Formats: sequence, structure tokens, C-alpha cells
Amino acid sequence: MSARDAGHGSTLSDLEIRVRALETVLVEKGYVEQAALDQLVEAHETVIGPHIGARAVARSWLDADFREALLSDAASAIAPLTFAGRVGDQLIAVENTPDVHNMVVCTLCSCYPWDVLGLPPVWYKSFAYRSRAVKEPRAVLADFGVTLPPETTVRVWDSTAETRYLVLPMRPAGTEGWSENRLTKLVGRDCMIGVGVPADQAVG
Amino acid sequence: MDGVHDLGGMDGFGAVEAEEDEPVFHQPWEGRVFALSMTMGARGVWNIDMGRFGIELLPPEVYLTSPYYERWFRRLENLLVEHGLVDRDEIANGHASRAGEAQGTATFTARDVGRVLARGSFVRTEAAAPRFASGDRVKARNIHPHSHTRLPRYVRGHVGVVERVHQPNVFPDSLVRGEGEDPQWLYTVQFEGRELWGEDAEPGTSVSVDAFEPYLEPA
Repeated sequence: MSARDAGHGSTLSDLEIRVRALETVLVEKGYVEQAALDQLVEAHETVIGPHIGARAVARSWLDADFREALLSDAASAIAPLTFAGRVGDQLIAVENTPDVHNMVVCTLCSCYPWDVLGLPPVWYKSFAYRSRAVKEPRAVLADFGVTLPPETTVRVWDSTAETRYLVLPMRPAGTEGWSENRLTKLVGRDCMIGVGVPADQAVG
Repeated sequence: MDGVHDLGGMDGFGAVEAEEDEPVFHQPWEGRVFALSMTMGARGVWNIDMGRFGIELLPPEVYLTSPYYERWFRRLENLLVEHGLVDRDEIANGHASRAGEAQGTATFTARDVGRVLARGSFVRTEAAAPRFASGDRVKARNIHPHSHTRLPRYVRGHVGVVERVHQPNVFPDSLVRGEGEDPQWLYTVQFEGRELWGEDAEPGTSVSVDAFEPYLEPA
């Protein structure tokens, strides 16, 4: 988040006190148990994250049938790989090719495929990304150090409804014969949002 | 509403700055706000679009100067008061003065956590056939409702091509008013960069939005 997004105000400790107060009120009124809050925070800090999407991507590089299943109905294909065993029913996998590079944004809020990538990073929620991704995606990619050939079309998906998008990056060169586990480690979160590409590996 | 939340295409927000090895929550209070919002949302007193509208209704200067989870926190306080679940004096005192209201589901306990770890379903069956098919040229309608809508300003009045026909989905513009789900067909509509941004478009770029049928007209 840039300084313009006012990420770190002096009201922080004030806010912390207010949040604690509201939590106390809601627990005292019997709306929620503290243990449930603890578990929700912990689940998002420890078990739900981009490793879920990364495994699906790696598998799609190795298994053509899985790739087909992912592209035709990503929600069903990925569900067994997730913590909850199910995902929102409108997950859509979009594949990068030498001709098309896909990139995902939510200009209106910060919609993001939580169940396969975890909670979004601050930059994804930033006003800079939300405003610029649809108008100058190549410039945004440059902020991430990604330069695409001019003949590669950049295709931006604005998540304006309850559909969620997962980008399938291209398999990097030099990974022939790699196992699913080894490939999974190459797939960073940013690749699956479409602002990164997995690095080619040295051959030999 | 034509609010500051509708950011697509605006200038002046600077570079996108990614943080190395970013934690899920930067401060403990962010995690608490997240969990409180999820659990109170699961109570079912308001729906997801009332929640989104709650953020859009924050004063523009608050929206633009508050970090993400502060916007969530302010939204939560407002929704709780608006729907009568909490009173302002209780928020100010930091303690409950009255027993909880019965509306919505019962106490959210640890056993309920699994319910909110996967997204709900927004797909509905709809008897009528979709009005548009893949490949159809459509124009995003020039609408400016004061209420919540999911058609961003930057595509309104522009012509695109239907790329995918999804299933009918609950309609945010109706849900937000508490007027029911009113399911509508949903389409991915792709716009060429040049159509949206004219001469200033980057070459070789296109953008799609997911648009509900009432947002579209034949082009």
C-alpha cells in the first residue's frame, strides 16, 4: 500500500482499543464465542493460503486430464485439494499461453479467490492496483518486474460478481521430469493473480 | 452508487508496492476485525451486498484515508447499529448493556467455523432463457443508481463481446435493498482496451467484467 493509501495512521492504537471493545460487546451479547474468532484467525494464518492453488497449477502441468477438468470446472477439480474440501462454485481457471497473459483485479472492492489463495496481499487491495490494473496493465506488470513481448495480449479480468479467477501460469523451461512437489514450490501467489511468472530453471 | 470505491481507471494513486513475505494480518486487531465481520455476517441479518454497500457508504474522505481493515471495522459498527444488534452506547462503553437480539442464527461457536471457510453459493436456477449468447456484441448500459451496483463506471456506455455465459446468480442490486434474490443471468463481457480508453489505451490489452443481464443491452 502506498503512502497515499494512508496505511499507517497514528490512530492505530486507538483503533485497537475500539476493536477490543466491540469484540467484548459482541461476546457479552452472546453473538459469538471467542474460541470461534481465534480459530478463524488461525485458519487463515496457517492452513488456507496460496499453496492450495500452487498444487493445482503444478498438477495441471503434469496431468492433462486434471488440466482439462480445471479449465472446465475449477471449483470441482480443486475442491479435494482445499482445507474445507469445497470451494465457491464459480471458480474459473484461465490459462496463460504465449499469446495471452491473464491478470485478475477487483476494481470495486477486493474480491479474491480466498479458498484457494488465502486472503489477498495489501497491494491487491490497494487503490493503486485497483485503479490502474484495468487501464495500464502493462505498466502495473512493470511495477512487478514483468515485461511481456508486445505480441502477447494482456487480458484483465475484473471480478465484479461472485465469480473468482485463478490464473494458470505457463510451465517454466528447464523443469522436465520435476515432481509435483518440486513444481509446486515454483508457483508463487503473484503468478496465480497474473502479476508474476514462474522463473525459468537452469537446464542441466 | 458513483462512489470513490469505483476506482477502475482513475489516476494518481502511485505505483503498486508489493511487500516481501507479507503476513496475513499485520496487527492482531486486523485478524479480530476479519473474524468478527465473518461471524456476524454468517448470522444472516445482512447479506454480502449490504456488507459491500456498507463500505461504499463510508464518507469518501474516510474511505480514502482508512486502511482496509479499518474500513471493515467502521462498516461492521454501522451495520450492527443499523440492524439493531448493538446500540451506540454499548460501543462507546465497550460492554453490553442489554441482552443480545434473537434475529439471525444462534451464537457463532467454534463448531460453526467450517461454515465460513468455504464460500457460499450464489448460483440459482432461472426458468427464462439467457438473452445473450457467447459472441454477441453488447453495450454496458449507462446507469447511475444511487444504490449499490456491480457495473463499474469505466465500462458504462461501452461495447464489448459476450465471452462466457455463466449460470444465473443472485442479483446484488436487488439483494442490497432487501428485495430478494431476483436471480439474473451473468455474463463475462470483454472490452478492447481501445474501446475503453481510446488513444490512451496500452496496445494489445483487453478487460472483462462479469455483468448481470440487466446491465446489458444489445449493441
